[in-house]
Formats: sequence, C-alpha cells, structure tokens
Amino acid sequence: MSEILLEIDGKEVKATAGMTILEAAQSVGISIPTLCHHEKLEPFGGCRLCTVEVEVRGRTRLVVSCVYPVEDGLVVRTRTEKVERIRKTILELLLAHAPDSFVLQDLAREYGADRDRYEKEASFCIHCGLCVRYCAEVKKKHAVGFIDRGSKKEICFIPEIAAEECWDCKECFPLCPTEALQAAFVLTLALTSPPPVADKTGS
Amino acid sequence: MSRLNSPAELEEFRQGILSKRDPDKPCITLCTGSACLASGSAGVAEAIEAEIEKQGLQGQVEIRKTGCHGFCERGPIIVKNPEGICYFQIEPGDVPEIFSETVKEKKIVERLLYSDPDSGEKIVHEDEIPFYKNQERLVFGSNGSIDPKSIEDYLAIGGYGALAKALVGMSSEEVLEEVKKSNLRGRGGGGFPAGIKWEGSRNAPGDIKYVIVNADEGDPGAYMDRSLLEGNPHAILEGLTIGAYAIGACEGYIYVRQEYPLAVENVMLAIKQAEELGFLGENILGSGFNFKVIVHQGAGAFVCGESTALMTALEGRVGEPRPKYIRSNIKGLWNRPSVLNNVETWANVPLIISKGAEWFTQFGTEGSKGTKIFSLVGKITNTGLVEVPMGMTLRDIIFKIGGGIPGGKKFKAVQTGGPSGGCIPEELLDLEVGFDELSKAGSMMGSGGMIVLDEDTCMVDVARYFMAFLADESCGKCVPCREGLRQMLKILTNITEGRGKEGDIELLEELSETAKEAALCALGQSAPNPFLSTLRYFRDEYEAHIKEKRCPALSCKELIAYYIDPDKCQACGRCLKNCPAEAIIGGKKKIHIIDQEKCTKCGTCFEVCPAKFAAVTKISGVPVPPPVPEEERTVIKKSKKQ
Repeated sequence: MSEILLEIDGKEVKATAGMTILEAAQSVGISIPTLCHHEKLEPFGGCRLCTVEVEVRGRTRLVVSCVYPVEDGLVVRTRTEKVERIRKTILELLLAHAPDSFVLQDLAREYGADRDRYEKEASFCIHCGLCVRYCAEVKKKHAVGFIDRGSKKEICFIPEIAAEECWDCKECFPLCPTEALQAAFVLTLALTSPPPVADKTGS
Repeated sequence: MSRLNSPAELEEFRQGILSKRDPDKPCITLCTGSACLASGSAGVAEAIEAEIEKQGLQGQVEIRKTGCHGFCERGPIIVKNPEGICYFQIEPGDVPEIFSETVKEKKIVERLLYSDPDSGEKIVHEDEIPFYKNQERLVFGSNGSIDPKSIEDYLAIGGYGALAKALVGMSSEEVLEEVKKSNLRGRGGGGFPAGIKWEGSRNAPGDIKYVIVNADEGDPGAYMDRSLLEGNPHAILEGLTIGAYAIGACEGYIYVRQEYPLAVENVMLAIKQAEELGFLGENILGSGFNFKVIVHQGAGAFVCGESTALMTALEGRVGEPRPKYIRSNIKGLWNRPSVLNNVETWANVPLIISKGAEWFTQFGTEGSKGTKIFSLVGKITNTGLVEVPMGMTLRDIIFKIGGGIPGGKKFKAVQTGGPSGGCIPEELLDLEVGFDELSKAGSMMGSGGMIVLDEDTCMVDVARYFMAFLADESCGKCVPCREGLRQMLKILTNITEGRGKEGDIELLEELSETAKEAALCALGQSAPNPFLSTLRYFRDEYEAHIKEKRCPALSCKELIAYYIDPDKCQACGRCLKNCPAEAIIGGKKKIHIIDQEKCTKCGTCFEVCPAKFAAVTKISGVPVPPPVPEEERTVIKKSKKQ
C-alpha cells in the first residue's frame, strides 16, 4: 500500500491509500464527531456532523470526512469557524427530535448548540441509519428498514422478519444514539403479539 | 425491414423512402404531444381520419401525427402542408370545414388562423407568427414534421446520418474532439461540459462503460425533455449511440419517469425499430461497434434526477444520492465509468456531428454555445416550449416570444431553473440567458424551466412553495436537507401566515448556509436558492410580512382582508349572490358589507364585482375600516351624488 502524506489541523499525518480523512485523523488521535459512522459499516455520509474543511490545489471546500478519501498533500482543518457553525446547526436540528439524547446533549455542550432553537417535534429517531445498516450489512437480516421519504422517513421493523430474528439478537439496540430504536421495537412487538381475544359480549 | 450494413445501404434506403414521397402531396400535420392530447387532439385525429374516408381521399391526403410543436397555449395545432398553413385550437367540429375549404378549395379558414393579439392581424404561416419566428429551433424543430412512431420519417429528414458519419467516417477520438470543440454543456442543470465528462469516462480504466439518458425531468412546469422524447426519440438514441462510441460504452440506459407513458411508449418503439434496421445491436452499420439500450422506468422521485441517486435507482436500490468525491464518469453505475447526460444534451449530439462544431458554436454566447429549450409557463400569454439561442435576453423570450403578461398585469419576476433555481426581477430582464449569467444572478439554467410571475404574486409565498416541494421530495438521507428544509418550510409558512418574527430571516440564512455547504447532493445544496434569490431581490416583501404583517402583493390569505368600498358599491348584489360563505350583508339599494368573521377569503366577491364599480378591494397590513352604520347604507346614485 502506498503511503500518503497529508496535514490535519497543522499536524503531518501518514495514511494509506483508501483510508478516509476520518480514519486518518483517528489514527493520530484527532477526534471528529460522528453520529452515523460505524467502523463495521459502509460509509453513509448522512449526518454530516463530521464535515471538515479541505484545501485541494489552493481551493477550500467542505467535505464529510467519513467518506472523503485521503490524498497526497491534502490540507484538512477539522475545527474552523464555519465547520463549527455547521455542526452546531446540525445538532440543533437533531435536538428538535431527540432533546433528551445523551449523545446529542454531550455534543451540544461542546458546540454550544441550543436544544430549544427549533420547534420540538420529538420523534426521537435521528435517521442515522445505524440499526438499518447494521442489520443489513453485518447481520444480513434486513429486519429493520426505512420507510417513506424525506421528512416523513421513519425506521420500521419488518414484523415478519423481526418476530423471527430479533428476540435473540438486539445487537442494534446499543448502537442507537437516541433510544428511539427500542421504542420502535416495542411497537413492533405489540403488533406481532397475538391479538387479544375479542370480547363477544362487549358493546 | 432488414438490417442496414453500411452507410451506403443507409443512404440507399433513405433514397428509397424519399422516392416514395411526394413533397406536393397534401399532408395534414397534427400535434399529438401530451399537451395537445390533453386539449383534445386525439378526437381531432379521429375526425380527420373519418373525413378522409368520408371524402374518399385515402392515399391522396395524408395525416401525420407528430410530437409537440411547442405552442401549447393554442393547441391542438394543425399545419396543412405543403403550404404550411397553421390552424390553432382545433376541435373535431372544425375538421369538415378544413377539408372542404383548405384541402379541396385551397382556401384559408380565417377563423382558425393565429390572430395577433395587438393588431388583430391574421397570420397564415408558422414562420410569420411571433412565437415561432423569434426562435431558433435546431433541436426541437423536427418535432413538428415527423411522426415519432415512424423511423422512416426520421430517416427521411436525414436521421442516423450523423451516426453513420461518426461510426464509419470518424475515429472515436475525433468524435470526442468534435463534441469538446462544440463546448456543449449539460442541459440538465449543472452545465458541465459534455466533452470533458465524456473524456473522463473514455480515459477511465475498465472494459465496461455506460452511457445514460437522464429523462427524470421533475421540475414543476417543465416538460421539454418529455416533449423531445415523445416527439423525436430517434434523435436521442442517435446521440446516445454516438456518445457510446466516443467513450467506448457497450450499454446505454434511458431513465425515464413512468409518469411519461407516451415518452416510454415512443422510445421503446424507437429502440425496436432501430434494432431492426441495425442502428442498435451488433456491428452497427458494419462498423464493428456494438451497443444496446435499455429503458428503465423511474418511480417518480424528483431526487432521482440527481446523477448518483439515478444510478443507485438503476442498480435496483432505493433512489438516494451517494457521496461522490469520485465523479460518476469514473465510478458510476455499478462502480463503472458512466456518462450521464440529459435528454436535450444527447439530442444536440447528432447535430454537432453532422454539421460540425464550428457550425454549432456560431449559436450562443462565449460561455454557452448552441440553443436551449425553455418551458415557458406561469403568467404568460403564450405558454409553451421555446428554443432560443443562448444569449437571448429574458425580455425577448418573455415579451417577443411569450407575448408578455396576460390581463394587463405587470411583470414581476421570472423563476428559472426549477426548484433549485431562483427568481430574477424586472431590473434584470435584459440579462442574456446562459449558464454563467443565470448563476451570477442567483438563479440557474437548470433544465430550462421558466415560470413567469406577475405583480399579484407574493415572492415569499413563491419561496415557500418551492421549499414545500423540496421538503417533500428530499430523500431524507442527510440532516441539512431533511431537517433543514423542514425547518425552513415551517419558518416560511409562519411568515406567510402572519406568524413571522424578528430573527426569522437570519435563521433562514443560517439554515441556507448549512444546506448549501453541508448537504449531500445537489438537491439539498441548491434548495435554499428560491429563498436566497427572493430575499436578495425582494427583501422588502419579507420585511413587510414579518414587521407589518402585510403582504404587498395582496396574495397571502392570512394577511389580507376583503373590503367593500362604501363609496363605490352600487348594490348590484352580485357579491351577495355569489358569496359561498354567506358573509355579505346587503340588500336592494343598500351598500354591501363583508362580515369579516364569516369571510373565508375565497376571493369570489373580488372576482364578480363588476369592473366598472371595482368596489371590492383587498387590503393588507391595515385594519378593516368599520362598517358604515346601518342607517347610512342607502346607495346614492353617482349621478345624483355631487
């Protein structure tokens, strides 16, 4: 593997071809916040929290570090004013859905994000897709998936698969940054349990 | 039909078609594009066929059902050839007269001609009508003269000649060079130079490469790609095949939305015909080049017009964009080099090859060559599809071709580039259309949507409308788009409904920055444009909504009230009779009053109040004056007033 030299926050970093900026940064102890990243999963690039500034041939742009491949001579800045501002906005947007998530609260403190900035719409799920992708890519079961699109998008267990696979697994639970997953599972359980016997004498 | 194995055989075949055609034979060309079909052209076609039979004119008069002619406002359209007499807004009942007068007697039916709205002058021929004569219809022009279901029609006008020239007369490098020299830029939105994109794929490693037609047109009001694919599918196939040859692709995909049934039908038929004659398949025209085309019907998601989402959908997965730090012309469909161009871009290719880059570059501006088809809709007299050379001013497009704003209203802005574009105000009407020019003005070329807005349009509401569209069409993968647009829509809705507050504009600007800088794909990155461009040119309207709770265009329902001017009301009773909410109090010779509590602001009273009285008005930002006391409501006739 060929060695690549890049600069992250003023530090010279050695990386190998095929690595992402995030991996290169982590290898030298530079921390970049992430919500949808998981080392066992394919890069997703959904939460955009790991956005960093790169300078390529004199031009600067924002990229997501969990996807962007390292290249020779790349200059990366992980905490510019703009990057911080964008992370703060992203956190505030997510806190409108999951105001009590510990993961989000910790990050909010670091980036000065105000959990009450936007009107609350507590759905808990922040669509990081960790559960969906873990179940598909690692477990290869596809017991949980996304339904609908855009702002109506939700995670949903597929009852037929969940009833068979999830009881003994539940490996996705600890991945969830907001505990919304457990709620979705409980809901599915309720749906798949045998229906109560109808009371024929009832009104 | 058997396969044609060389350019010579193609030429011979073409001559065979031409020799069977008599250019002087009467031919009735009828537009059967989607817009004309919607206004009844299928019925007209039946009437023509019935009339031909009734009059015993089979074989003597021909009917040609073509694709869209562009002048959709006046459809269904008939052109009687060889004279080129144009008739508009034809109904089946007009057909017998067209036959008895025009076909038999060679006389003109005056009442069916185009009549100039200003002078009232009747115009007979297409090229004299202002809507057509100011256009440069290089790409779209053939639509009106060929039956899209007939490959013979396409061959008769020289079709597949460019393919023969490219495959046999030129090396693939030469084809690529010609397209590069033409500086053809992508007509789908980004305006990326097609030749450079092709070159990237050509040079990318890999044996298997793809070419793709993006026919997932989804901008509100835009239908130029649809009309091209419906009306001239072979031109797109020919362009695609030439592109495949230039980059070394063996397979092509047409991603077309299934909501375009006629386009799907016509392109599928065209592929079948082209395969039969050997323009697709193995050893095309004896050149040794093999190429096949597959049609993929999209399920109608706006985001699938985005290149990576389109490719993901083609692969059979959920149509969501993927991060592309490696361009899709290097790593695209199934991670292989893939050139994706829009319908109109591909349709330009045969022209460039047959007539040369030098010919092509004489049209347009320094940065934007050739022509562009725009879909001219909204508050415009001549709704339709127009093709103009790049560099024509917005003023010429809207006023010379489009005929200006109907109803004596004033022009306010033109929204270009679809939901990712922006609004351009009156002071920039002399802007020359081109990729860079429109971007500089805060809008974009996009795929060519052009929505004209008049003085009654509220610009904040326009921004809200596009934001609602995009929030609905966002795939939901990334936070800046899914969540950012949701919040932007909420704030814009609040503003238009009178709940705007100080700081809203700044908050919208912050969300715009996050979407622009951090969203995953072009949909999210460009989503703030409708807001940013309206803020840039119409900031006063935002401020009026927020600070004064006033809608200057008198359009936002929550911010206006209907009011009857007691000095003007003549007690005609029309508003009283028509009000669906029974909100009007009045009586014989009594000044009418609107009960604001009951009023639903439907606007009926405003519409029915006779223009000579103009008593019903809209007010905004000020309290509704108290009603005239009961005892003073008797109407005094104007003449007796003094």
